[in-house]
Amino acid sequence: MAMDLKEIETLIKEALPDAKIDIQDLAGDGNHYSATITSSKFSGKSKIEQHKMVYNSLKGKMGSELHALAIKTKE
Amino acid sequence: MEQQTKDLINNEITNNDVCLFMKGTPDAPQCGFSMAVSNMLRILEVNFKGINVLENQVLRDGVKEFSDWPTIPQLYIKNEFVGGCDIVKEMYENGELKKILEDKGINFKK
Repeated sequence: MAMDLKEIETLIKEALPDAKIDIQDLAGDGNHYSATITSSKFSGKSKIEQHKMVYNSLKGKMGSELHALAIKTKE
Repeated sequence: MEQQTKDLINNEITNNDVCLFMKGTPDAPQCGFSMAVSNMLRILEVNFKGINVLENQVLRDGVKEFSDWPTIPQLYIKNEFVGGCDIVKEMYENGELKKILEDKGINFKK
């Protein structure tokens, strides 16, 4: 199973419209990504909450279609 | 989630101060992310219990629902969910992990 980089970016953008997103396909296999996401919506939230916001934006694909997405969130 | 699964998870996180739900074991991790967290705890010489979710599909699904977190590994310290690999790594690098261990009275290499 794999997911397109653009698709990930689009889903995150839908949930966090102001987000600045930098995604890298780590292994070039469409399955291991690393994303740095900067959004004002993270402000005042714990790291766990921030990461959950990103996971939620991916609508359940994380852990199923998408095997690995390393997340770094910034306010 | 069945009550039995919930009880199992509750027992593990209550009876072990530091508890890592992971793929594989600390000696033979089966996933790079699980290995990373396990290694960070080992470097800090933290006494922790690694629970291999690959041995138990019900537990593997259950812990995701229990923590409301879609991925493995998951680290619990004193009954509290600390985070997955990315968060623990960030906390390891910026010193927050040591602070939590200290605050919660867990022995580690200072």
